[in-house]
Parts: sequence; C-alpha cells; structure tokens
Amino acid sequence: MTDLTQGIPIAAQAPRPRWTGALAWLRANLFNGVTSTILTLLCAALIAAALPPVIRWALIDAIWSAPNGQACHGAGACWAFIGEKFRFILFGFFPAGETWRPIAAVVIFLAMIVAACDRRMWGRRLALVWVIGLFAVFALMRGGAFGLSTVETALWSGLPLTLVLAVVGMLVGFPFGVLLALGRRSRLPAVRAICVGYIELVRGVPVITMLFMASLMLPLFLPTGITIDKLVRAQVAFILFAGASLAEVVRGGLQAIPRGQIEAADALGLTYVQRTRLIVLPQALAMVIPALVNTFIGIFKDTALVIIISLFDLLTTAETALSDANWQGFYVEAYVFVGVIYWSFCFFMSRYSQLLEREFNRGRRR
Amino acid sequence: MSDARTVPMIELQSVNKWYGEFQVLKNIDLQVGKGEKVVVCGPSGSGKSTMIRCINRLEEHQRGRIIVAGIELTSDLKNIEAIRREVGMVFQQFNLFPHLTVLQNLTLAPIWVRKLPKKEAEEAARYYLGRVRIPDQADKYPGQLSGGQQQRVAIARSLCMKPEIMLFDEPTSALDPEMIKEVLDVMIELANEGMTMVCVTHEMGFARTVADMMVFMDKGEIVERAAPKDFFAAPKNERTKAFLSQILAH
Repeated sequence: MTDLTQGIPIAAQAPRPRWTGALAWLRANLFNGVTSTILTLLCAALIAAALPPVIRWALIDAIWSAPNGQACHGAGACWAFIGEKFRFILFGFFPAGETWRPIAAVVIFLAMIVAACDRRMWGRRLALVWVIGLFAVFALMRGGAFGLSTVETALWSGLPLTLVLAVVGMLVGFPFGVLLALGRRSRLPAVRAICVGYIELVRGVPVITMLFMASLMLPLFLPTGITIDKLVRAQVAFILFAGASLAEVVRGGLQAIPRGQIEAADALGLTYVQRTRLIVLPQALAMVIPALVNTFIGIFKDTALVIIISLFDLLTTAETALSDANWQGFYVEAYVFVGVIYWSFCFFMSRYSQLLEREFNRGRRR
Repeated sequence: MSDARTVPMIELQSVNKWYGEFQVLKNIDLQVGKGEKVVVCGPSGSGKSTMIRCINRLEEHQRGRIIVAGIELTSDLKNIEAIRREVGMVFQQFNLFPHLTVLQNLTLAPIWVRKLPKKEAEEAARYYLGRVRIPDQADKYPGQLSGGQQQRVAIARSLCMKPEIMLFDEPTSALDPEMIKEVLDVMIELANEGMTMVCVTHEMGFARTVADMMVFMDKGEIVERAAPKDFFAAPKNERTKAFLSQILAH
C-alpha cells in the first residue's frame, strides 16, 4: 500500500483519505453507516457469547486420553473416546489386521478425486485412471487375489463404504441422469414416456423406500438360487435414485439453451450426438453447476440411509461405537467427529463448484 | 445470364406448409441457379423466413418438393445432413456458440462434420477471419465482440464449411445501425465472388447492388418476382407497391 502514489504528480493525487489500510477496510465493510454498525456489534456479541463455551468444551476442558469411559466424563469433550474408536468408526468391521487395505482404498479415492478436479486432466486418460483406480479399490477391499484374504462386502463399512456408495452412485448416476434428461426431451413419444415415467416414479419415492425395495423386494422376484450381493443392491438403488434427481437438474439446463443454438448446430450439419455433446450439454451443464452440486451433496449425505438395510456406513459405525459398554454416553463427540468428516467432503464440493463456475463463465457473458 | 446459371442449385416446386390450421407457405415455386443471388422481402409474417428455413430443413414442408444441390429433401436424415453440409446459414441473432472461442466456433464443424485435421481447419478458419476483416479476434469469446463482429464471425463460420449455397435470414436486423455496413460489405464481397445466395433482408441498397432477382412475398405466397431494376422502378402488383412505398419512404 505504500508506494502506489510514487511518481504521480502531487496535483494528480487524490486527497489523502482519513483512514488507510486495515482501518479503512473495517470502516468500509463493518461500520459503514448506522445499520451496518449495529449489525456488526450484534454479530460480535453473538460470537463472543457462543465461542468461548465451545472452545472450552472442545479444547480447554477436553480429556485427550483415558483408560476407559468412566475416567473420561468431565466438563469437556472426551476425545479419548474418538482416539479409542477411531479405527472402528472409519473402517468398521473390516478385519483389524488388514486395516491398511481400506486406508489405501480411501487414499486412492481421494487421489482420484483430486486428479479429476483439474480441468486440464479431463479426457480419456483420466477415465482410464478412474477405471484402474476403481478396480484397485475393489481388489483392495474384496481381496481374494494378489495374496489378499477375501473380505465379504458385508464387512465393508465406515468411510470406504460411504465413499464407494457416493462416488460410484454419482459417477454412474450422472451420465444416466443426463441420458434421462435428454430422453425426456426426445421427439420419440415412447422414449419420452419411459423417461418421464421413470423420473417421476423414482423422484416421488423416498430413498429409503428404494433401498427397501432393492434389499427386500428384489430377491422375491429373482429365481431361487440367485442372490445379488446386498451392497450391489444398495449401490444400484443409489444409482437409480441419483439418475432421477440429476435428470431433473440437467433438464433445467437443457431448457435454458436458446433454440438458435440448436438451429446453428443443425445448419452446420452436426448430427444429434455431436450437437448434444459439443454444443448443448457443455452449455446446459455449466448453467446448472450450483444445482448439480447441491444434488451431489444430497446424494453424499443420503448414503447414511443404508443403515436401513443394515449396511454400516460412516454414520452407522459411529453409532455402533457408542454401544460399547466401556465407553458410554459420548454421543456429541461421535457425531461431531463424523459430522466434521461429512462436512469436509461437502464443503470441498461446494468450493470446487464455485471455482468451476468461475472458470466456465470466464469471458462467456453474452 | 451465363450457362452455369441454368443449373438449378435450389429448386422449390409448389411447396406448402401449415402450422396447424394456418397455412404459412402457399404453392411456393422458386429456382435459384448456380451463382445466382436472390433477395426475398415482404412484410413480417409473410413466410419469407419460413421459406428459406425450409431450404436446409430447419422447418419441414408438408407438400411439394425441395431439391438442393441435386439432393431431394425428404425425411431421410442422410439427405438432410448432406444438404446441410452444402448450405451455409446466417441468422438474425448470429447464434454463435458462446462457450467456444471464435476460432473454436469456426473449426468445430469442419473438424467434426468434414473430418478435417485440426491444423488444416484452423488455417482455413484464420483465412476466413481475415476475409471478414477480424483476423485478430480468434481467441476471444463471442460475448466479447460487438454485434457486427459477431455476425461477421457467423458468416466466416459458415464459409469454413465451404458451402455451395449461403442463406441469410435477416442478417442485419438485430444490428445497431452503425454496424450494418460492415456486415453488408462482407456479403457484397461474397456475392461478387459468385456465391449462390438467398437473402431475406430489407436492406434495399444491398438488394439493388447484388440481387439478380427480387422476390416479394406476402401472406405465404410469392406475389412478385423481377430483376431489381424493374422491381424497384415499376412494381406490378399493388401489394408490392404498397410495401415498397412504406419501406422506401424514409
């Protein structure tokens, strides 16, 4: 801030403001007029009232290590409980000696997500990386090959399970939703009717119902002797549900594409597929990024509903950890812990979507 | 008229079209020879835009025949795509692709439809950008250009497909007055090079300069057609006279 005025003739310099630097910022943003000052003071009072007890509970009075639950009850949080149950909450019933496998799986997931965030990476190679990565995750979790012991999917639990359900649900559900949205706008009445019927049916039903159907009803319709893995059934239910909710979001974007864009593409001789892929979808999807991410976040959190068919996702493992007779009554700690994990993922999605939006809209205003 | 002009590039034979009960095109007959320039005018709602949009099947006609560059327009998708490759179209609202740069707008169809290598398509694109006199805007997005520049990019985009025929649907109607000339200049140049053109426009100065034939439409019919000299000096039909007196009054 110091030398901006150097070299400018004195006469051309603006009159020196009364406030500079941090003080000027405070004045402009927090105390800019009577209403603003009152609101600032009110907010400050609220924060001052709420923050110290939280800090006291979470940090100052917290107990960081304890031999058992009885020794851990005090004025503050019992983080010793989390320390004790850390492995179980994150990885659930996965065999204790093999914990490195779900850890590796989660790391692979995170690495793939980070790689996918860079737009320059988007392309065939990234798709290949994802296929290999998902296969590696499956091999790590399931085992039965490469000298790894087999772990039934019923034992997959905690964070890896939540990530598998959410990521695969979004990954497969998204293209499925795009196809449904396109089908809903098709000129072929049969295609349109099927898509409308499917979307309205699935969207009008709670996810829990879908999970129940997949878990309890589906086996009744299958020939005897054929069983489908419970995790697969839940996964399919999530994909079907994600497809229907995403389809409606995508439709909003499709409807916002001006007719002229389609005519221009047609007039240039593009086929339907080329037109959709090169002209319509890039614009339509960029327009609905906020709503898309909102739906993704919803799907991510909805994975917690698999408890209903007794799959142990991250939330359920935390609740199970609470039932230990030696460590009773640490509800707040458990929920804060998994809450922070859920929140981190959702917050990341939200921030990333804002970045993506900015990038897509650069220089593209009409 | 030279011999080449006897080869019809566009042929409409008693074309009819309805929107529900309402008939928008009534027995339209029109022949456009190779290299010929036809200017279509008429009051709004006369069906002139609908007619030229039928030529590349942006609108479907219900009765009659349309033959373009020797290919008959039927519901056969192959024929429609073949015709669209030969026919360029410029719209009133430009309809550039806002999510692509100017260069990408120009190379998209050559790469995907004509299967040209990217490098070749970009060379051609830069050449045509020079032709429409905006060689230095290749990396901008359409939204960063003025209306006149956008419309010239739209013309260049069509030319990159090396079309036999160019259709113009009121190309200057959405432009600010000071930008009309820069677009018309490009169109005149194109006409002088022998492009087959059908233009729906009310720019009568332009029509006088380039048109081989004037077509006047009203209520879905072609009411009058004549060489521009006769059309402006001695229109025969009462409706043409009324229209011209209105449009030339100011």
